[in-house]
Amino acid sequence: MSTVTDSVEGTDVKAHEDHHGPAKGLMRWVLTTNHKDIGSMYLWFSFAMFLTGGAMAMIIRAELFQPGLQIVEPAFFNQMTTMHGLIMVFGAVMPAFVGLANWMIPMMIGAPDMAMPRMNNWSFWILPFAAVMLLSTLFMEGGGPNFGWTFYAPLSTDYGPPSTTFFIFSIHMLGISSIMGAINIIATILNLRAPGMTMMKMPLFVWTWLITAYLLIAVMPVLAGAVTMMLMDIHFGTSFFNAGGGGDPVLFQHIFWFFGHPEVYIMILPSFGIVSAIIPAFARKHLFGYTSMVYATASIAFLSFIVWAHHMFTVGIPLIGELFFMYATMLIAVPTGVKVFNWVTTMFRGSMTFEAPMLFSTAFVVLFTIGGFSGLMLSIAPADFQYHDTYFVVAHFHYVLVPGAIFAIFAATYYWLPKWTGHMYDETLAKVHFWMSFIGMNLTFFPMHFVGLAGMPRRIPDYALQFANFNEISSIGGFLFGTTQFLFLFIIIKCIRGGEKAPAKPWEGAEGLEWSVPSPAPYHTFTTPPDVK
Amino acid sequence: MKLVATGFVALLSIIPLSIKAAQQVCTMIIRSLRSGQRKTWGCKGIVMQQAKSLSLLAGLVVAGSGHAAWEVNMTEGVTAVSRNIYGLHMTIMTICAVIGLIVFSVMFYSIYKHRKSKGAVAQQFHESTLVEIVWTSIPFLILVLMAIPATKTLVDIYNTDEADVDIKITGYQWKWQYEYLGEDVSFFSNLSTPTEQIQNVRNKNPNYLLEVDEPLVLPVGKKVRFLVTAADVIHSWWVPALAVKRDAIPGFINEAWTNIDTPGTYRGQCAELCGKNHAYMPIVVEARSEEEFEQWLQDKKEQASRERELTDKVWSMDELMVRGEQVYNKVCAVCHQPNGAGMPPIFPALKGSPMATEANQVGAHVDIVMNGKKGSAMQSFAGQLSEVDIAAVITYERNAWGNNTGEMVTPKEIVEYKKTGVYEEDPAKQTMPDNQQASL
Amino acid sequence: MSERMDKPQTVERSARQTVIRSILVACGMFAFGFAMVPLYNVFCQVTGLNGKTDPDPYLYKAAEAKVDTSRNIKVQFVATKNSGMIWDFSPSTPQVTVHPGEPGLLTFVAKNPTDKRMIGQAIPSVTPFEATNYLHKVECFCFTTQTLEAGEEKVMPLRIIVDQDLPKHIKKLTLSYTLFDVTHMY
Repeated sequence: MSTVTDSVEGTDVKAHEDHHGPAKGLMRWVLTTNHKDIGSMYLWFSFAMFLTGGAMAMIIRAELFQPGLQIVEPAFFNQMTTMHGLIMVFGAVMPAFVGLANWMIPMMIGAPDMAMPRMNNWSFWILPFAAVMLLSTLFMEGGGPNFGWTFYAPLSTDYGPPSTTFFIFSIHMLGISSIMGAINIIATILNLRAPGMTMMKMPLFVWTWLITAYLLIAVMPVLAGAVTMMLMDIHFGTSFFNAGGGGDPVLFQHIFWFFGHPEVYIMILPSFGIVSAIIPAFARKHLFGYTSMVYATASIAFLSFIVWAHHMFTVGIPLIGELFFMYATMLIAVPTGVKVFNWVTTMFRGSMTFEAPMLFSTAFVVLFTIGGFSGLMLSIAPADFQYHDTYFVVAHFHYVLVPGAIFAIFAATYYWLPKWTGHMYDETLAKVHFWMSFIGMNLTFFPMHFVGLAGMPRRIPDYALQFANFNEISSIGGFLFGTTQFLFLFIIIKCIRGGEKAPAKPWEGAEGLEWSVPSPAPYHTFTTPPDVK
Repeated sequence: MKLVATGFVALLSIIPLSIKAAQQVCTMIIRSLRSGQRKTWGCKGIVMQQAKSLSLLAGLVVAGSGHAAWEVNMTEGVTAVSRNIYGLHMTIMTICAVIGLIVFSVMFYSIYKHRKSKGAVAQQFHESTLVEIVWTSIPFLILVLMAIPATKTLVDIYNTDEADVDIKITGYQWKWQYEYLGEDVSFFSNLSTPTEQIQNVRNKNPNYLLEVDEPLVLPVGKKVRFLVTAADVIHSWWVPALAVKRDAIPGFINEAWTNIDTPGTYRGQCAELCGKNHAYMPIVVEARSEEEFEQWLQDKKEQASRERELTDKVWSMDELMVRGEQVYNKVCAVCHQPNGAGMPPIFPALKGSPMATEANQVGAHVDIVMNGKKGSAMQSFAGQLSEVDIAAVITYERNAWGNNTGEMVTPKEIVEYKKTGVYEEDPAKQTMPDNQQASL
Repeated sequence: MSERMDKPQTVERSARQTVIRSILVACGMFAFGFAMVPLYNVFCQVTGLNGKTDPDPYLYKAAEAKVDTSRNIKVQFVATKNSGMIWDFSPSTPQVTVHPGEPGLLTFVAKNPTDKRMIGQAIPSVTPFEATNYLHKVECFCFTTQTLEAGEEKVMPLRIIVDQDLPKHIKKLTLSYTLFDVTHMY
């Protein structure tokens, strides 16, 4: 970071650097209100959680390597599947996107920082405490949450372990953190854009994040409501979800999925923005349809509110409801298709090179589309009676989340790493990271389609013999994917510590304000707003 | 750096193999430790396992278990509905595959052709309303075409009118109860795979985890209506061959139906996470011809009346112990373990526990088995087991694994308990084991 | 200098307004989560979702009902005991056949075999869901909790009327009761 003052930028930036450089020591990170510092902390936190959740996935895959019980007891296995889901969703993917937003959105719209820097500090620092509380439940009497990341009542209320209360509080804290993060992003985008940066000139990453942030403030409070009701059922004698007291366990599922479906789009919309920045950059060509991409994102967000019951087709919904949710869900394929067609058309007749960000983005388009196809199959209510709660569903959502969210985060990291560190990352190692991840991911999750269709239910530690071979392959793929991520860590550390110096704009076709500042980006950028033409 | 990269790739490709090898070694050690005198077949198992994994490593060839282990698609099933669903699944998968093929071939074509390294120059075309309209409306039309057969099938699935047989299915942690409504036939269906197979100390049956002590018997060619509910948490009753999956929700009742056209045995599992033993509550449906079904119903009713007679019989300690062991292994061993050691703190040990050994605790012991314990996993077995079975299992628990109290609980005492709610020892009963009685 | 730098106060004020508005939206959505409970109940009663029936005695005017003797409707009764509930609980008859508009009377028997006083609550549920709003319970033990002393046995009446507007294709209804132990709630 000391290279900053020596770099080529103008004198006013240098002057700012002298006055408002980062404080020294640990307190810099505790008290910081700088969007870049907070962004980095979010990203590191999310990577730590990614490894934690990944370790749990390794335990799951090791137990499923062969039929029979080998490594863990079923009770612990259930805690692993539950925690893997919760940690990956709330600890890894969401904070990673917030981290990227913190780093990039002010730089993309020409703002000096986030609109509410102190709130920004708070929204990050809640996270580690929430995560520690959540993880500590594993060491409590009766174990941690063991009812799946969807925590259906009454398994999570009347039948939940004593640690459920701590689980509820940590969900509250995680929720407050993401709501504060989202509000900050909305305020930043709506108020701090540089002059001339109209809404329809904003990069798609900013657009998709704006829409994501609205989804967050709309649904995270609903989740908070759901866990609050659970808390009241457990401790205060209410009967929201207990049929005996006049409540209804199915109501829980409605409330949960009213949150849950927009939630899965919260984990994918920012990826759309990332990929829409990277593909044009490496195809050296404009995005084919910027306007239609914005509208498609908005329609996906809107549809996400009226499709929740497709997670509950087998719960016993009246025919008319079942049909409504089936049709609404099928409709999502239209705007999603528009997006995929746009990316492919952007690549068509471009002048492409395949550095790591582009490799991950290309894989994103292919694999996310495969996940989209299985999603379309799942939307067909009668067929869902066979797919529901099988490994086919597991395959589906890992195909949209691993290449969808995780690959996009990898792509974004490689794309903007030169801007963050001032160094080019090691391209060869990054390509190895890509190919190993790509092979590992497909080896893990593709066979899950087969075992799911053949009838293997999800969330089981032990299975019938006909599923043995594909599970073995999945486990091998899982170990491969898991170990490869240490290579990613190595590449990042290597890039931070040194390497070829990065120019202000290391990618030939890249566009956007973030490339107009030097690499690494100075501690304060755009204190004087740029002029956007 | 290239060297590091190559090294890393090599390293990573070794990892799965070495894990595999390590696992094999561990499995062998565990087996040889556990199997003890059963070494003969234990070794055979290892050989088979190794052969299987070797062939897998050699090139993922199909080995031993044959084609079943590589099943890749949904079953067509044995009902009209299941075949419709299979058809829907195949149609939609094909449509998706075709669309995917078109989109990806365009993409891979341009990835191949339009590279900077091949001298491709970017053509700056963008924004076309016409194109956007085309690629919005074509998928929409395809979706409408998909929705038509899907709707038809769904309407069919929801038509539960005019059923010939009504069966109430109740999900429990972790077993199913089947009641033939109007027939006075009702029973529980438990997993019958022995614990030793789950713990890998014995070879696994072909139907490992998909076998039960009492299957659900259904007639073929008749419309069977299922009323599905649960007694504790949410379960889901699923048999792929019938394409029936219905959530069992405590407090509420759900409907589904089937009409099986081929006699046979069809296996399924609980599909909704329901706690620790979610993986261990399978479903087995036996479809029989109408006559065989009627015969089975008759036999079942007679069996029930024979059970009732057994209650009046005078039972000896040994008889109760033999029956008690069977009941224990079927019902209790999942939590309290076959050796009575339990899994504290959630599932307390019975071996040496005060409740199962102290003479003044017999009443409490009967009470907990009959009524369960609130707020714990211990259920009430009063409605699940017969008086004979309850008496037998309590007697067994008080005398097995060195608990040797010599105390015996008789079916008659359980009948009395059911009437009064208080356990009182029957002074007339003969408590001494038969062999001691003989020596007197 | 740009607009933004000219009026930093304006920017700050509008950002604060955005934040306040967003917080209000978030609070509103939190309240909406709770509002989903009554909304869902109304929705269930309108559509018959989950077979949920009106918890209050339904004021169906039996006197005004015309008996439709052309149709015979079978009404099945099933009883389930939730885990932890150890009463004996069963219908006196598994099934009655009634004409729409004609009252059907039957009883359920409950017995508390324990040596403690217990309170039970029966939760009704009807299939097919479509028929929920056409099966009227004129008198039901499920309207209130039932208290049984130790060892007490109670015969509980149930009077039902099937609506004459019941859709024509429905010929059989199932009325299910699940009995819960609610002693700890009182």
